[in-house]
Amino acid sequence: MEQAITARVYVLGDDVDTDQIIPARHLAISLDDAAERARYGGLALSGVPLEKAGLPGGNRPFSDTISSRSPYAIIVAGKNFGCGSSREHAPVALAEAGLRAVVARSYARIFYRNAIDGGYFPPLESEEDLTGWFATGDEAVLDLGAAALRNITKNRECALREPGAAGEIIRAGGLFEYARGRGLVEKRR
Amino acid sequence: MAGMTLTEKIIAGHSGNGRVSPGMTVWVTADLLMTHDVCGPGTIGILKKEIGEHARVWDPDRVVIIPDHFIFTGDADARRNLDTLRGFVKEQGIRHFYDAGTDRYSGVCHVTLAERGHLRPGEILFGTDSHTCTAGALGLFATGIGNTDAAFVMATGKLWLRVPETMRFVLEGTARPRVTAKDIVLSLIGGMGVDGAAYRTMEFCGPVIDRMGIAERMTLCNMTVEAGAKSGIIAADGTTQAFLKGRGVAASVAVGGDPDARYHSERRVDVTALKPQVACPHSPDNVRDAEECRGIKVDRCYIGSCTGGKIEDFVMACEILDGRRVAVETCCVPATAQVARELQTRTVGGRTLGAILTAAGATIGPPSCAACLGGPPDTFGRLNRGEVCISTTNRNFPGRMGAPDSKVFLASPYTVAASAVEGRITDPGRFSG
Ligand code: SF4
Repeated sequence: MEQAITARVYVLGDDVDTDQIIPARHLAISLDDAAERARYGGLALSGVPLEKAGLPGGNRPFSDTISSRSPYAIIVAGKNFGCGSSREHAPVALAEAGLRAVVARSYARIFYRNAIDGGYFPPLESEEDLTGWFATGDEAVLDLGAAALRNITKNRECALREPGAAGEIIRAGGLFEYARGRGLVEKRR
Repeated sequence: MAGMTLTEKIIAGHSGNGRVSPGMTVWVTADLLMTHDVCGPGTIGILKKEIGEHARVWDPDRVVIIPDHFIFTGDADARRNLDTLRGFVKEQGIRHFYDAGTDRYSGVCHVTLAERGHLRPGEILFGTDSHTCTAGALGLFATGIGNTDAAFVMATGKLWLRVPETMRFVLEGTARPRVTAKDIVLSLIGGMGVDGAAYRTMEFCGPVIDRMGIAERMTLCNMTVEAGAKSGIIAADGTTQAFLKGRGVAASVAVGGDPDARYHSERRVDVTALKPQVACPHSPDNVRDAEECRGIKVDRCYIGSCTGGKIEDFVMACEILDGRRVAVETCCVPATAQVARELQTRTVGGRTLGAILTAAGATIGPPSCAACLGGPPDTFGRLNRGEVCISTTNRNFPGRMGAPDSKVFLASPYTVAASAVEGRITDPGRFSG
C-alpha cells in the first residue's frame, strides 16, 4: 500500500448505501470476467440522487461511463458509509473506477470489512465530519503514514483514526494475503 | 469477573477462548455458511483465484446454497449465475442446494434456512447477505459478510470477528391489536438511527418476546441490520424448541447469557402505547406513526420479502383484505415455495389466504426476493416508473425497489393491507374487529 496519495476528491453525504454505490439491477454482471468486471467502474455511485452526486453542488457523476474510470481517487463522506446490503460489488465498483481510499466519519460494518478483507482500498475514519470543508474536485494529499488528509486547495489538514487490528490486514493487502503470511491458508501455487 | 452475554458466550465457545469481551478480535469456527445467486458466483471466483482451481470447501455439508434473488427474469447474466452455482455444487458435493427450476426450489434464503431446519441455537452462521441476522431469532450468532470473507470461510471454516458489544432491549407491556414486530423494530430504528447499533449486537428479551412466535421474532431480528447492527439475537426457549421440533431438529436450548453479564446498554421498552409505524422515504429511520402519514396516495402496495413475506405476514394482510377490494395494484410475493403452498391451505374466516388475496384483486407472484431489491427491469412488482409504494420489505433507500425516483414507505402487513384498501396510507386500527 502506498504511503501518500495525491488526488482529486469526490464528496458525499451521510448514509450512502450500497444500492446507491451499485444499484441492484447490475449485480448479475460477472465479477470474475475481467472485461465485465471493468464495467462496474462506470456504474459506481450511479444510484446516488443527482442533487447529492458530488457535494456541495451535486450533478457531478463520479465516473465516466465511456472509460468506466473516475477522475476522483479519494472519496470524502459523512457517517455510516456503505450501509445496506452485503454486496462486495460495492467496493469492487469503486476500485474498478480507480478509487484508492475512502475517508468517512464512520462506516457500516460489512462494507468496512469488505473493503479491508478484499484489499480494495483502505476505509479510513476521520476524527471529525469533513464533508463541510471539502468540495468535489478539491485536490488533497492522503498521508497514510502520518494518518492525515490535507486539502491542498483549501490548505487545511485533518487527522485520521488509526484502524486498529484491521490495520494489519490493510497493510497485508487483504485477508487472504494476511492469512497466507501467517500460515492460515496454503501458499498460492 | 463479570459474566458473558449470550452473543459473547457463543463467540467464546467457537473461538477456543474460555471467555471473550467486547472489542477483542478473535478467530471463530463457522457452523454454517449460506450464499445465494447474487453473491455466490463472486465468492466461488475468489475461492478459485486465491486457493486455486483445485480448491475444496472445508465441509460440503456446512455450505447451504439458496438461489433467490434474480430467479424469474429473462436476464441472461442472472441465468449464467445460476449455472455457476450448479457447477460448483456438483464439483464440491454440496447437498444443501435449493436449485431454481426444480422441486427443491425454495426462495428467500433467510426464510428457507429456518423453514428447512438448517438453524440450531448456539451456532454461528455466516451468510453473504446482510439480512443473515434474521437467524438470530432462533438463538444463533448470525451475521452478513461479503464475498472475500465467504470465500475465506469456504476455504478454512474460520473467520475473524470483533466481539460486539450487546445492546439489550427488554420489551414489556402488551401491544395493541394490529401492532406487530415490524412496528416495534421500526420504532426502535426510528429512535436510534440507521447507525444507532453500528458494530453491536441487539438482543431482545422480556415478556413481549416470551409471547412472540418465531415468525415475528424473525421480523424483529431481520431489521437489526437497518440500525447498523452486526447481529440480532433472542435466546432460545420453549417456542424455539417447538419450532425446531416441527422441522426435525433436536436442539438443546441451554444457551443463554450469564445473569451477571455486562451490556453496552439495557433499555426497557413498553410497547403498550405503540401505534402502527411507517418508515418514510428514503431511509428506514425516517419513522412516523402511520396516522401521521394518513392520506398520502400510493400507486402500489407490496407484500413480500424475508421481512414481510412469511405465511404469518399473509395471515395479517388477509385479516384486513377478507371481503374487501384493493384500490391500487397490490403485489404479493410469498417468501418461499412453502409459503406459496400454504397460501392455498391456510384459512382466515373460512377461506384460504390465496382465495382472499385474489378476490381482493391482489396479484400473487412466484416466491423469490422479487422487487424487494429492484432487480432486473422485468422483475415482478418492480417500481419501474417513479411509483409511490408502501411495502412490507426492509429498506427504502433511493432506488432500492427499482427506479431512482420511486418512493418507498415501509410498514407492517396490516398497514400495507389497510393502505391497499384505501389507496392511501392508512392506520390499520381503522379496520379493527
Ligand atoms: S427478500 Fe429482500 S432483503 Fe430479504 S434477502 Fe431478498 S433481497 Fe434481501
